[in-house]
Amino acid sequence: MSHEHEHHHDHDHSELSETELRVRALETILTEKGYVEPAALDAIIQAYETKIGPHNGARVVAKAWTDPTFKKALLDDGSKAIGTLGHVSRVGDHLVVVENTPGRHNMVVCTLCSCYPWEMLGLPPVWYKAAPYRSRAVKDPRGVLADFGVALPKDTEIRVWDSTAETRFLVLPMRPEGTEGWSEEQLAGLVTRDSMIGTGLPRKPGAPS
Amino acid sequence: MNGVHDMGGMDGFGKVEPEANEPMFHEQWESRVLAMVRAMGAAGAFNIDTSRFYRETLPPHVYLSSSYYKKWFLGLEEMLIDKGYLTREEVAAGHAMQPGKALKHGRFDLANVERVMVRGKFDRPAPAPAKFSIGDRVRAKNIHPTTHTRLPRYVRGHVGVVELNHGCHVFPDTAAMERGENPQWLYTVVFEGRDLWGPDGDPTTKVSIDAFEPYLDPA
Repeated sequence: MSHEHEHHHDHDHSELSETELRVRALETILTEKGYVEPAALDAIIQAYETKIGPHNGARVVAKAWTDPTFKKALLDDGSKAIGTLGHVSRVGDHLVVVENTPGRHNMVVCTLCSCYPWEMLGLPPVWYKAAPYRSRAVKDPRGVLADFGVALPKDTEIRVWDSTAETRFLVLPMRPEGTEGWSEEQLAGLVTRDSMIGTGLPRKPGAPS
Repeated sequence: MNGVHDMGGMDGFGKVEPEANEPMFHEQWESRVLAMVRAMGAAGAFNIDTSRFYRETLPPHVYLSSSYYKKWFLGLEEMLIDKGYLTREEVAAGHAMQPGKALKHGRFDLANVERVMVRGKFDRPAPAPAKFSIGDRVRAKNIHPTTHTRLPRYVRGHVGVVELNHGCHVFPDTAAMERGENPQWLYTVVFEGRDLWGPDGDPTTKVSIDAFEPYLDPA
């Protein structure tokens, strides 16, 4: 694949190069003025690339599916409950976990910007930050779910959480049927990022991951 | 402000198009922008609300046609110029031309990296008792400040029910304008879809926002 074809999204190449030059110039200025150490910027990027991601949220969900005491604590105070799990990266304050039930499906959006539980899910995907999702999630959530190939029963309540403050929301999806006796690790493999945003459902047992 | 960033309920943006196997960054420069924003924020050059306000005040056509990290970059550059951390001449030259301004928390170096990987704390001691209780009916005020606010247009004037009380938090409306943290009670308020979108709205939909007390009146 040629270099140009790697840039398959909505920018032309010259506009992109100009942005790249401007970004480099800004970093040069911030460095020369003594505001930032470039190695510290590298370390931030590396930490985002390696330490955070939906695997963190998936471990939390799988634990809630197998441990009723933990689930109750998680729904009472998400940040506090997750803080007790040593193997999950440190979570910020004000995390609210909302539970899907047969009668109610939760979906999370940030109509004003891009608020998202980074520690649990990683950096948000482009669609989460883009106009189609931000505009429609609150007005036509079933239409948005259809864009994701998800159809819910007609009478299921759909609750949309607009993240307009520094609270962050994580959806606790329903445990798929046919997973009795599964280990936490096996269950975590069924938990998708989108199922924790509420735009998807967990994988079914036996479905390709 | 009533900007294009306040998108809830707007029509015409088309389908949501998830990208299969989406990379964390589409271009290398996006990661540098993310890191610079995190670093300069942690160093004390600005707070998160101010940085949001600078993105919101990009001209509407620029906001709508720029990629996410391009908006972050444009907002960052403008904010750092406004706050006196660099000059337009330096940006044009691509180099520093004068010494830097002191940062509240000092130079951002490797020792600070761990700190930016966990979100800040936004709850504060309560200056007064909460006005509203769980279950109270409240009306979102019909206000249109030209400065930063986190009250989206689509709920203004509508009645909802207080569902959660999150305690007292930094008030973005003043923090963004550097007029202090001014802590306010923060509630999750839930609205019926049909109250927001009219009789054609989906009757099974409920939408909540997190609303600061000054956004609400008793109903």
